[in-house]
This record gives sequence, structure tokens and C-alpha cells, in this order.
Amino acid sequence: MIEIDRLSLAIHGTPILREVSFDMRAGEVFGLVGESGSGKSMTALSLMQLLPGGSETSGAARLDGHDLLQMSEARMCALRGNDLGMIFQEPMTALNPVRTIGDQVAETLRVHGAASRRDAYDMAREKLDRVGLPQIALDRFPHELSGGQRQRVCIATAIALRPRLLIADEPTTALDVTTQAQILTLLKDLVQDEDMALLLITHDLAVVAQMADHVGVMQKGVIVEQGPTRQVLSEQNHPYTAALFEASGHQPTRRAAPREEALLQVSDAKRHYPGPRKGFRRGPPVRAVDGVSLTLHKGESLGLVGESGCGKSTLTRALLGLDAIQGGAIRLFDAPVTPQMPRAMRAGIQVVFQDPYGSFNPRWKVEHLVSEPYHLLADKPPPAARRDEVGAALEAVGLAASDMDKFPHEFSGGQRQRIAIARALITHPRILVLDEAVSALDVSIRAQILDLLADLQTRLDLSYLFISHDLTVVRAITDRVLVMKAGEIVEEGATERVFEAPAHPYTQALLAAAPRLPDFATKEA
Amino acid sequence: MKRLPASLWIGAVLTLFFVAVAVISLGWTPHDVEDLVIAQRLRPAGAEFWLGTDQFGRDLLSMLMVGARISIAVALVAVGIGVVVGVPLGLAAAALRGSLLDEVIMRGNDLIFAFPSLVIAILITAVFGPSAFNAILAIGIFNIPVFARVARGGALSLWTLDYVLAARVAGKGKARISLEHILPNISSLLIVQATIQFSLGILAEAALSYIGLSVQPPVPSWGRMLADAQTMIYTHPMLAVLPGLAIVAMVLGLNLMGDGLRDMLDPRLRRLRA
Repeated sequence: MIEIDRLSLAIHGTPILREVSFDMRAGEVFGLVGESGSGKSMTALSLMQLLPGGSETSGAARLDGHDLLQMSEARMCALRGNDLGMIFQEPMTALNPVRTIGDQVAETLRVHGAASRRDAYDMAREKLDRVGLPQIALDRFPHELSGGQRQRVCIATAIALRPRLLIADEPTTALDVTTQAQILTLLKDLVQDEDMALLLITHDLAVVAQMADHVGVMQKGVIVEQGPTRQVLSEQNHPYTAALFEASGHQPTRRAAPREEALLQVSDAKRHYPGPRKGFRRGPPVRAVDGVSLTLHKGESLGLVGESGCGKSTLTRALLGLDAIQGGAIRLFDAPVTPQMPRAMRAGIQVVFQDPYGSFNPRWKVEHLVSEPYHLLADKPPPAARRDEVGAALEAVGLAASDMDKFPHEFSGGQRQRIAIARALITHPRILVLDEAVSALDVSIRAQILDLLADLQTRLDLSYLFISHDLTVVRAITDRVLVMKAGEIVEEGATERVFEAPAHPYTQALLAAAPRLPDFATKEA
Repeated sequence: MKRLPASLWIGAVLTLFFVAVAVISLGWTPHDVEDLVIAQRLRPAGAEFWLGTDQFGRDLLSMLMVGARISIAVALVAVGIGVVVGVPLGLAAAALRGSLLDEVIMRGNDLIFAFPSLVIAILITAVFGPSAFNAILAIGIFNIPVFARVARGGALSLWTLDYVLAARVAGKGKARISLEHILPNISSLLIVQATIQFSLGILAEAALSYIGLSVQPPVPSWGRMLADAQTMIYTHPMLAVLPGLAIVAMVLGLNLMGDGLRDMLDPRLRRLRA
């Protein structure tokens, strides 16, 4: 039994959490859902007493009647990894790369004196079997495992001592949908088998709907609404819950695409990389893109869906003329796309990347950043006209023209993504490649950016190639969709048709794995 | 601007002090360092000679001031050689990662690294004759791979960022991206490295002049002052202690400044301290 009673937190005097209260019972999942900066992770770190320097907490967090907030560091050390387990978002960095996974699972057992050196490895084996890694030897290193397998190792470590409370902070956000489904199922099983309480922190309402018995909706350090999951999600008493719900399934209004002129045509494109070195020889080549054909029409939105490693990024780079292909052809506006293609041609196809933080040189002002693609134009506008154009582009994406004199760090993630769109539009391209362009954004911001993209498409008669792993988003904004797996397109068709009646088994598996918001979405239902 | 690290303050003050002394020595010294007056030899510190005189009757303070100028000049030009040659090589290696040029540059660096630097410096000055110019050259050559490495390492991580990809989509070539995007963003790394190399250059110059392979008499230098004084270390210890202290203070100042600059400029460390 865990009771969090009016937990408040301030860091260096800035209030982060205000009077957060909720209860958790063994064998149950409590979902904490909210957008970035809402204080979800800080709530978890407060329970673990792993807060950054300058933090002050008040209230209480009782585990079986003992207040965690009042405990000494020595007692917390005894509890962490023992009664309190935690799983983090990024399995790539949560494991120590120079130690074997057996060592890392056994370490938890030995630190708490639960087992001798010999027994610890036997128990580690047992735990790895339990989390579904019976085929993985204890002496493997983290880099030899996939992301999903690493997350399973993290889970094995966290549950090694059968904790009372397991905290999972965005445990599947960095994983592909099919892996996510497996990890979520595993977590749910573990909660029941081991009779522990799971605090599941996520930004994804669909995950919460699928997993949690109780849910708390968090906004700006306050739980605005909580209760049994079904009740909270169907009644949506608090406006923020309703807004979050609407944004999660947001469908921008779009006009139907005319399918006439083909702008971009890819036929049988191939791109292979040399295989990994094995002694003096090389293994078989990696077929990153293996015979892909696609056509993008004027005014159309084409979705490209696939999991990590399927070759989406390689294909994107080839389409943009950054890397050469080794077979087949890519034709843009009826001219071949190569790394040597003329600049004027590049001006016709621009791109928006995923990461709103890595997309800009931090030392440049927005004016300079947005006007960078002018490098592609033969007759660049004079400086005065340039400022006008940049201002107009910024206004087109919903920012102020005066923003051009600021640095990128002065903007939020969503605003940066708008700047990235402005930069892509400055040369008046006909095609925009959106490479996971909304994947890093919170749902409400994502909804706004999707609306903006739909609006720009209508106004500027743009064609979109929308590359994403997020099926909901692809469904919301595309006319046609391509499903890519292991370098090949396995299914292609009108978006609604593919989502309603997927033909290829892989597409069916993808759709089945994607967590879905339940149908009580609408209040009337 | 937030509070600067204390080490930066102390280091900058020490460094600026020596730079000021060196600059003053260009126009004025208490006495002419080339004046040999045997009658005034080995005077203790006093009103006329503030720090005393050496065995040839030269004013110790004047010699230290000129010595500071020589040390700083040699180290500065040597670091300059390293930056001017090494940074472009490093940027080119990073831009053409995995290419033949990258291999040639980096293996060439390994080759230079593989030799003990001071021994090669001795070889160069021994072959081409001892002079300040050859000392600069010898120290400078060993700075090249250091800067090439730092530049390449910093640049490689930047090449994976989206804004570099965006610049390529904007049609910019690798040379242009290296200049516009990469170089400004690795400048803090380079500044820190330059400070550290500067202090190593001071030490190297002192070592070379100690064995007589840097500037030649009558121009004084800290290293040779140490060498000349060592026979009299029991009778006139100040002759050795003062140039030794000067070397220690200068190197300490530069190292502290380098540490402080790194703390200030490296955002990861900045977050750790906060």
C-alpha cells in the first residue's frame, strides 16, 4: 500500500509539484499521464529521493506507513532496488556498456546482500527467463541486444528483488510499436504475478487506457483529475483531460487530394551497405533499401510507415539527394535525383526533421537560420527583401515576424518546429519531406502542428511525404500510405483502406500492436 | 552571465600579469640585460637591483621580464602553428570521415604522437642549429596533431546533428558547412585546448633553453637562467628560485585558466555544477 499525501516539491524556490496525492495498491497499475514539464517524472524521483540539488519536499509518501520523504539516505539506499524498483525511458543508456547483463542483474541482488556471488548469477538467470530472455546468455553485453531486449534487462534488474513498488518512467516511448506492445504485456503480467504496485508514467493516453487501473492526469505540477481509468477517460470531467483526449486523436481538416501530376517518382531504388566485418572478411551486405518504388503526386500527402531500422532514413536521404542510390532511379520534376543535382532542383524539395533541438545551429539567429536555404537560389533576394520574406514565412507558420532577431533557444519545442517549417518553406518548394516531424512533440502541440501542416498544404498547394512510426498521426494526415519493412514496401494503398483492412501480415501486426484509445472517447457514447 | 569559476579568475590574473610584464619589457626594463658589469656581480636584492644580480652583474628582474617575453612569444607562435595547421586538418578529416584523406591525416597524427616530443625537438634544434625559430618550429609541430584530434572529435559529433543535415539540404558543401556550422560550435573546445597547449609550450621552451637549444645568449630566458644558476644553488639560491617560480606561476596560471574556461564553456559540466 502506497499513499502519497499532499506531496509538494520546489527546486531552488521554483514550485514544481503542488499537493500531489494518490494511493496505490499491490497488484494494480496507476497511470500518471501528462505533457512534458507537468511534473510526472519529478513525482517519481521524489518517491525514490533521487531529486536534483536544491530540492525541497513537503507532504508525505508512505510505503506501508513509513514516510519515504523522512528517511535517511542510508535507509533509502537499502530500499532502492529492493522495495522500490525503477525503469527508465532510454534503454540504450540505462545499462552500463562495459559490463555484462548478468553482472548488472546480479549486482542488484548482491548490493542488497540477497545472494552470494554464485547464487546471484543463478537468480539473474531466473529473472532474465522471467522477462522473456531465456535465449540470451548472461555474458552478453548491452550493445549485443536490441532496444526491446535491453529494456527487458532493465526490467529484470528492477524486479530482481520483488519490489513493492515499480516505477516505470516512459518505459516504451523509445521503442517501436510491436516491441512496446510486448513490454507492456510483460509489465502487466509482472504486476499480477509478483503482486507489486506499478506507477506507469507516460504521455500517451492510449497506453494508460490499455494498462492502468487508476489514472491521474497531471498538469503543471497538479493532479487535475484522478480515479478509475475507465471513469476518468469516459467522463472527462476536467477540461484538461478532455483537451488531452481531443489532441491525442486529433484529425486536422483536410481537402481531398487531386491525383494528377506525379512530382516524385522512385522506381526500384536500392541502397546497400557493406556488411559488418568478420575477421578479415565482411558479412553479407545490409540491404537498407531494397527495391523501393513509390510515386508522390501533386497536392498529395503520402505516408511512409515503418519501425526503426526498416530503411526509412536511408530512403529519405536518397530522396533528398544527399546520398547516391546503387540501383533503380529517383526522378524529381522529371529530372534525376543525385548528390550532384542542381541547386535549383533542391529548392523544390525541402525537409523538416524530428528533433526540434538539434535542428538549428545554436549560434545563429532565426533570420539567418530560416534564410539558409536561399543558398539554393541563383538570384538571392537583397538583405532588405530577405528580412521581409523571412518575416512572411514566420507569420505563415504562426510566429511573429519580430521573432527573427531571436536565438533558437528562446523558443519552445513546438515553436522551434514551426521555425523548421518556415525554413523549409522559404524557397517555395513543391514537396515537403516531414521526417518524424511531430514525433518529439507533446500531443497538444502536435495537434497544432498537424493543423498548421494541413492548412499550409491547402494554401501553398504542397505535396507531403510524411515519414513516421506513429500510426495515429499518419492516419490523421495522409491520403495514401506505404508500409516499409526491412528495406521493402510491403503494402501500399489509400490510408483508410490500409487502416481498416490491412492486407499484409506485417501491417496487421503493426496495427494490432498500436495502443488504441478506447471507443468511449466521445462523451455521448 | 553567471558567476565565473574561481579557477578562471586566479588563472586569468596570473596569466595577464605575465603578459603585462612581457609587454612592458618591450619598452622598458630596469636595467639593460646585455650590460655585463662584473663589479656588480651577485648583488643581493636592494634599492638599485630590486631582485639582485647574477654572476655577470646583470639585473635579475630585467632578465625575468625579458624571459617572460621570450617564453610567451615562443609558446604563442607554437600554439598558433598547431591551430592554423591542425584545425583545418581535423575539420577536413571529420568532413570526409572514413575516406583515404581521413586515414592519412589521422595516421600521420599517430606517427607524430608516437615520438617523444622533447627528444624530437632536441633533434630538430640540434640538426638545424639552436635558435628561437627552431624551438618554435619543434614545439609547433607537436601541437598540430593535438589540435587536429580535438577538432576532428568535436566535429564528428556535430556532423550527425540535424542542422548540419539541414545545411546539406540547403545545398551547402562540406567545406562551407565546416566553416559556418562546425568551426563556431567547436571553438570553445579549441580555446580550452589552446590554453593547455600554451602552458605546455612554456614548459617545453624552458626545457629546450635549459639545455641551450632555444634563444641564444645574450638574450635571457627562464630555462637558461635556471641552468646557469644551478652551480650556485647553495651559495645564491635566489638565482634559481626566481626563474623557477616564474615558470611554475605562469604554467599554473594557464592551467587554472584552461580548467576554468572548460567549466564555463562546456554546457555538460555547467549543468553538473548547478
